Amino acid sequence: MLELKHVHKVYRVGAFGGGRLRAVRDVNLTVEPGEVVSLIGESGSGKSTIGKMVLGLTRPSAGSITFEGTDITTIRGHSARKEYYRRVQGVFQDPFSCFNPIFKADRVFEMIRTSYFPETSAPVWREKVLDALATVRLDPDNVLGKYPHQLSGGQLQRLLIARALLLDIKLLVADEIISMLDASTRIDVLNLLADLKERGLGILFVTHDLSLGNYVSDRSVILRKGAIAEMGPTSKVFDNPLHPYSRHLLSCVPQLHRTWAEVDAELEANPPEDVVLPVAADDASAPLLEVEEGHFVGIDQG
Amino acid sequence: MTNVAGAPGTADTAGAPEPAGERKVSETLHFARRNPKLLIGLGIVLAFLLLGVLGPFFVSDTPNDYVGPKSQPPGGEYWFGTNTFGQDIWAQFVYGVRATFLIGVFGGGVAFLIGTAVGFVAGYKGGIVDEILNMLTNVVLVLPALVVLIVAIAYLDVRGLFMQGVFIGLTTWPWAARAVRSQALSLATRDYVDLARLSGRRTWKIITTEIAPNMSSYLVMSFILLFGGAVLTAEGLDFIGPGPSNGVSLGLMLESAVQWSALTLGMWWWFVPPGLGITVIVGSLYILNVGLDEVFNPKLREL
Repeated sequence: MLELKHVHKVYRVGAFGGGRLRAVRDVNLTVEPGEVVSLIGESGSGKSTIGKMVLGLTRPSAGSITFEGTDITTIRGHSARKEYYRRVQGVFQDPFSCFNPIFKADRVFEMIRTSYFPETSAPVWREKVLDALATVRLDPDNVLGKYPHQLSGGQLQRLLIARALLLDIKLLVADEIISMLDASTRIDVLNLLADLKERGLGILFVTHDLSLGNYVSDRSVILRKGAIAEMGPTSKVFDNPLHPYSRHLLSCVPQLHRTWAEVDAELEANPPEDVVLPVAADDASAPLLEVEEGHFVGIDQG
Repeated sequence: MTNVAGAPGTADTAGAPEPAGERKVSETLHFARRNPKLLIGLGIVLAFLLLGVLGPFFVSDTPNDYVGPKSQPPGGEYWFGTNTFGQDIWAQFVYGVRATFLIGVFGGGVAFLIGTAVGFVAGYKGGIVDEILNMLTNVVLVLPALVVLIVAIAYLDVRGLFMQGVFIGLTTWPWAARAVRSQALSLATRDYVDLARLSGRRTWKIITTEIAPNMSSYLVMSFILLFGGAVLTAEGLDFIGPGPSNGVSLGLMLESAVQWSALTLGMWWWFVPPGLGITVIVGSLYILNVGLDEVFNPKLREL
């Protein structure tokens, strides 16, 4: 459904734009209907940039992003772009900054209506909004007609998901949607994502939290410095990490019943077997090596 | 379990009696009513506006007529006296105030429209569009505006408020464009702007409904400053010559006062009213602006 091929993003930095910052390097990945793909990486690994490129908010410097057969970088004109957003929507990290503070929060629904369903009558539309709110398990009386600052982060985040559901979307880009939520709300939103997946939505789940990636996704992509370090079915990536960086990441996750010393001692006792990593031909490419079926490792970046 | 989010650690103000929009407005009003700078500035500007709008109905339609005795000091019949030719200075003053507000609204308005349009597009679009518009802005900014105005207006046959306003607008917009651009630049990266794009909104609609309302106070203040600037430029032009040839304005009154040696003749009533009028109008506009700044900007409020 969604396919990224050799996608690069290079920013010009510095006072005169002389410097180059490679935010995304030679990324290949796919998202199928009904599949949750986690993009996992630290700050600055390029995961949010990939999300933004998929949403068409920034353009890739090179490569193609194909959604249902059309390369979205070739989409020109407002109406074509609008049609794309009818099928692909995003939810961003910070729910508080996604609402224009001077308007009521449910204005985000009204914007969808005026853009996409201008002919729908008010009662029918209200029915639809109530439906979407029920899907995200929000009580309409608590959220409709309120200003953003009167609502909690979890409520706002779920309003945004409900907003995306008003359209008949095929792909949802969820950019760190959990990180601003408190623990009790998190699991609700995660379960909601699982429900959406059941309905056949493809979800690109951007996160820096390994355990969230593990909980929710079918496939995981671990990013480092813009390039893919390891990619594969979540169970394989988490049970048998092959790239040194993924191993390092996984060893950094605190474990509830063991101390750091125990974990380190165990790693010391059975050091994982090394794999041969692919070598990049130049600064721009980042080839992947298929180690077992569907399980890829990327270049070593030190 | 319908609403877990509302439960822990959240400020669920479901029962808040008044919505924030109204509260924000009433809060602004609260501070506006207690700000002496705003009240004084606004009072003086409104008084002059009233004079300019209503005054001309109570004096002769043709303020340049030679109606009275020559060089009459202020008195009961001619409130501000008459000049060397016997023109009624009060009548000229009243029409001059009207012309001042017209040129301010018109010249300031043209500058405001161009400046905000350029600033919003440059700030929102970014990239190459921004660079081109920014270059254009900087070029116009370093043009010696008054010289260009003198040359351009001297060459044009059409003289009058309209032409003058257009030219003032065309030369004074750059700083407004820069100010608006810098604000739009920071607002354009907000998530709600991205969300509006995801909602299939057009660029101009995003600018007018998402970005502009968030800087409305800023825009109001820009307009007031442009208004004051346009008034000063227009009066300056009138004073040195290339103003409306047969109209009335405070600058033209000053010009003829100087030309016919009002100062050496001791006819203070000829040049004090227009000079003081310009000073007070523009001065109170600036005081009003400072007051508005204090009302809108919580950091400047005197609590």
